[in-house]
Amino acid sequence: MAEFLSLKEAVSRHINNGDTVCMEGFTHLIPFAAGHEIIRQEKRDLTLIRMTPDLVYDQMIGAGCAKKLIFSWGGNPGVGSLHRLRDAVEKGWPNKLEILEHSHAAMACAYEAGAAGLPLAVLRGYIGSDLPKVNDQIKFIECPFTGERLAAVPSVRPDVAVIHAQRADRKGNVLIEGIVGIQKEVVLAAKRSIVTVEEVVDDLGASVNACVLPSWAITAIAEARKGASPSYALGYYDRDNAFYKEWDGIARDRVTFQDWLKNNVFEKGAA
Amino acid sequence: MSLEYTSSEMMSVTAARALTSDMTCFVGIGLPSEAANLARLTHAPDVTLIYESGTLQTKPDVLPLSIGDGELCESALTTVAVPEMFRYWLQGGHISVGFLGTAQIDRYANLNTTLIGDYREPKVRLPGGGGAPEIATNAKEVFITVKHSKRTFVKDVDFVTTVGFGRDGKARDNVSNIGRGPTVVITDLCILKPDPDSKELVVTSLHPDVTRDEVIEATGWEILFADTLETTPEPSAKELEVLRDLKARTNAHHAGQQ
Repeated sequence: MAEFLSLKEAVSRHINNGDTVCMEGFTHLIPFAAGHEIIRQEKRDLTLIRMTPDLVYDQMIGAGCAKKLIFSWGGNPGVGSLHRLRDAVEKGWPNKLEILEHSHAAMACAYEAGAAGLPLAVLRGYIGSDLPKVNDQIKFIECPFTGERLAAVPSVRPDVAVIHAQRADRKGNVLIEGIVGIQKEVVLAAKRSIVTVEEVVDDLGASVNACVLPSWAITAIAEARKGASPSYALGYYDRDNAFYKEWDGIARDRVTFQDWLKNNVFEKGAA
Repeated sequence: MSLEYTSSEMMSVTAARALTSDMTCFVGIGLPSEAANLARLTHAPDVTLIYESGTLQTKPDVLPLSIGDGELCESALTTVAVPEMFRYWLQGGHISVGFLGTAQIDRYANLNTTLIGDYREPKVRLPGGGGAPEIATNAKEVFITVKHSKRTFVKDVDFVTTVGFGRDGKARDNVSNIGRGPTVVITDLCILKPDPDSKELVVTSLHPDVTRDEVIEATGWEILFADTLETTPEPSAKELEVLRDLKARTNAHHAGQQ
């Protein structure tokens, strides 16, 4: 059964230096509050996996939490670059960052294979792309039935999955609504999982086919109101598109970034 | 009567016209999304728009800033998980058109959204592949829309993130279960299509008042022109009005969010 913890306690107990951590949420329900807690606790040498690193990993990379990033699209959506990610890749600041990049299709398949307990995912992908030349985790195999050449990538099976969801009931069952992304897969693929939620309620109010993660499939739950902001939580608050645009200016410069981090992360405790 | 419009508007309207109501379109963010929604709000009301965030048959009132804005989900017929989107809907063969933008494109319509320079020591690191590598091969055909400049239109891309027709124009030959690839590239200057045999991009239509020299000047290789070069029809008053309303709504919406 999932254990209800404070966010501070959940991060402290379940995320160790050197862990492979997947914080998912495809544009929607990005676990920012958890990311900030990881920054505050100065976790180091993490291998971070996420389809779209987004601002949350830009912040964590800039804060020095990561040694490696596995991703498939590393931009600020609709705005431009992730400047902290670029600074780490191009200039090694604040530390060298190893990168391994995929396509979305391959990562989605890799998470699904992880959830299914398989060692690899197979897809019709990467045809004609240079990505296999720079990522030795992309191989090609022959279908034993048809002979078709297909791409294969290792499944994602992280130490820890971190996601944000709308709500949990008092037993720790979790409801995810809207763009459900890859959240169910990443929790099931991981050894341990932390789920932050907008609120804990008596009754989830889930429809029969809703995306519900049972309590016994989750390690820890922490309440974190507005825990996905500046991304959004359908039914609770909208995406703060103005902040996504503002981030471009904040992250472009190391000093303004560090000031932002000090004022908005380090000097603010977990909710 | 001639209307006043910008080259960007000309590009969006022309790109929108490439879509029809019977298409199922997997939409990239940015210019493709603008064009696809313009099509939906003008001549192609029944075009099916799909975004990689899992939103099927979506009808946003404002253009999304990201691929997963709430607007996309709330106005969709239904929303599926990301693996389902890529595996069942795209790889499963349900997408007729992939509509993509790019940072670099070469003469064989290969796209680079990964980096400028050398992979291990990039001059400029770009976001990467996202959905494009598989959209380009699993959709039945691909439309590309991008602004025309020498920096963007290069002879050979620095990195093939997403295949057009490969470095030699032959990447799709004898590959099973692969789409036709790029069938049209729409820029702010012209329309280009791959030559049926060599697959090299050829200018087939110039936008009104654009000269051959302007296209030559904005292209990083010796660009070919079709024997019968057409002139792209101008935007209509209706198309311009809908496009401007859409952009004004979008800007107001994104600026107002705090």
